[in-house]
Amino acid sequence: MNAELRDKAEMQPTLRIDDLCVSFAQGKAVVPAVRQVSISVAPGECVAVVGESGSGKTQLFMAAMGLLAGNAAVRGRVRFEGEDILGAAAPRLNLIRGAKLTMIFQDPMTSLTPHLKIGTQLAEVLVCHAGRSWSEARVAARRMLDRVGVPEAARRMSQYPHELSGGLRQRVMIAMSLLCGPKLVIADEPTTALDVTVQAQIIDLLRAMRREVGMALVLISHDLAVVAGLADTILVMYDGRVVERAQAADLFEHARHPYTAELLKCIPTLSGPRLQRLPTLAGQPPQPGESIQGCSFAPRCPRAAQRCRMERPVLEGAAADAAHRAACHFPLWP
Amino acid sequence: MSPEMPASRPLSGSAPLLSVRDLWVRFGERTALCEVSFDLHAGETLGLVGESGSGKSTLARGILRLLRPSHGSVLWRGRDLLTCGSATLRALRRDLQIVFQDPLASLNPRMTVGEAIAEPLRIFEPASTARHRQERVGEMLGRVGLDARLAGRYPHEFSGGQCQRIGIARAMILGPALLICDEPVSSLDVSIQGQIVNLLLDLQRDAGTAMLFISHNLAVVRHLSHRILVMYSGRIVEIAPRDDLFGTPLHPYTRALLAAVPTGNPHNTDSPRYRAAPETIPEAIPEAGREAARETAAGGCAFRFRCPDALARCTAEIPAFEEVAPGHWVACHRSRERPHSVILPPHDTTKAGAAQRGPVQRTL
Repeated sequence: MNAELRDKAEMQPTLRIDDLCVSFAQGKAVVPAVRQVSISVAPGECVAVVGESGSGKTQLFMAAMGLLAGNAAVRGRVRFEGEDILGAAAPRLNLIRGAKLTMIFQDPMTSLTPHLKIGTQLAEVLVCHAGRSWSEARVAARRMLDRVGVPEAARRMSQYPHELSGGLRQRVMIAMSLLCGPKLVIADEPTTALDVTVQAQIIDLLRAMRREVGMALVLISHDLAVVAGLADTILVMYDGRVVERAQAADLFEHARHPYTAELLKCIPTLSGPRLQRLPTLAGQPPQPGESIQGCSFAPRCPRAAQRCRMERPVLEGAAADAAHRAACHFPLWP
Repeated sequence: MSPEMPASRPLSGSAPLLSVRDLWVRFGERTALCEVSFDLHAGETLGLVGESGSGKSTLARGILRLLRPSHGSVLWRGRDLLTCGSATLRALRRDLQIVFQDPLASLNPRMTVGEAIAEPLRIFEPASTARHRQERVGEMLGRVGLDARLAGRYPHEFSGGQCQRIGIARAMILGPALLICDEPVSSLDVSIQGQIVNLLLDLQRDAGTAMLFISHNLAVVRHLSHRILVMYSGRIVEIAPRDDLFGTPLHPYTRALLAAVPTGNPHNTDSPRYRAAPETIPEAIPEAGREAARETAAGGCAFRFRCPDALARCTAEIPAFEEVAPGHWVACHRSRERPHSVILPPHDTTKAGAAQRGPVQRTL
């Protein structure tokens, strides 16, 4: 961690989640989705949360934002700039959400309202949250479209979402999330629905906006390669738990948890020997509601021993670097 | 440009299984596919890459006559699929199968997966008994790594990766000679992608199936293709044997695609070769410009609006599709200027973030 980030970490974190548990009622059964996750995001920091479908990464932040379905039960603590927001009343939450704490969703096709013009959707955010007049809000909205690289911003203002390409729609979503000067943007798989070339542009845009606006960023993704160039800190989730947490460079250079190491091996490469078979992660992630004694990754783990099947490992720092934490009895690096 | 030219050198001396010649698809005023010609040989895997809207899926559907091309021919073992009668087409389709991108949407939600996998058998082997079909389905489920007892379940009970296995089982049950895979792994987790690609490779090896594998990610096609075909704006802009394409990408669009592949560790400098600053390739041209572009594109290279190297000549003249090395074809006026030495747009070190991408090797 560089000195600047360390100073910031000692300040009040922008987002702090402690021991968050999320479970869903399904008939009589209770299916846990997130199990005792603690995360801290410092001002200006970019934290990536990586895991397979079903690992709980999205539910974690939906819970923090108060956006879960009615059958969800949430325990734990979520503080945004020191204020407890878990279970806060909707009027209070609505002052924070959409202004200081914003979200970009995976599918730019469905996260814009189809029957409102782009300009109206953008300006509405400022009218509602910042009390601006519509005419002021429209000017600010157009400027923001310029800043996120939407060509011909003035003309876009009067277009509908279906008239824009996927990449442009995602730029509009990013513009919308930045309008009120947020302290934290949560981006849930912001590039998964996009082409590789557009993905690279959106990642570059997020990087540039972070530099300009200085907001903290949480990046949720299933793909370690995508978050690599952007994240300061990476958390790897498996079966609802954080199994590894490290600075991005440390994670790529010496992953400690076998799951992280296996995920890294799965990234297809452009260089190096061409493989006869692509590396894969054996087995399936646990089914929702499946309870596994000991470490949940043990059934798929090449290093699993008897102890792993009996006793659940806790998140522990490495001998050389206490900030590089992994939940493994036999980490690749002690 | 001669339609015969893009024909590959046959891998063996045999005639190609599939020959696409000068294929055009128009949707009203818009041309979705133009002058597409290539060959595919038995047992060969051809990777097809390009962005959304470049015509990849249109080409796949055009080959199978799931839509009507407006011009050209698709010769399947010497017979034109576009002009043959519907009874003949139906019989030939037994050998031509496709796996779609969205695994759940391509399965009928009201059919059990067993019924879905058995359907090609019911259609093409109407004399088969229910018992026989059930056995074949069980066998096929086993081949794709699913338990035969799951045949009675419905698609929504399966994960995305499992649904894709079911789609593959359905496509492979008749032992087709050609399997077209339209972005089969794009909607799947990275950890599952490898499993599906390996499964396709196994099935291909066992059955000798030829494959047209469509993807927008070059890192995926690299591992399974013999040759790669790059499309832009409805045209093929580059065809090359795999090692040539990755070693010496000649079209600026191919190089942009390579630069855009996320390669993981930003601090690892073992693969900086293609890491041009992505800013050098702007997003697809804005819509307003597009109308004008469409009118004028007829006279020039469609990529010139985004190309870092475009010349006046690129506006005036459509580049010819030329063979610049054995089996390596490219449509770019400037391809001869960069023979076998790369070729990246100059690395702009003033752009932030460039420093952490590591040094860029400019020669190969």
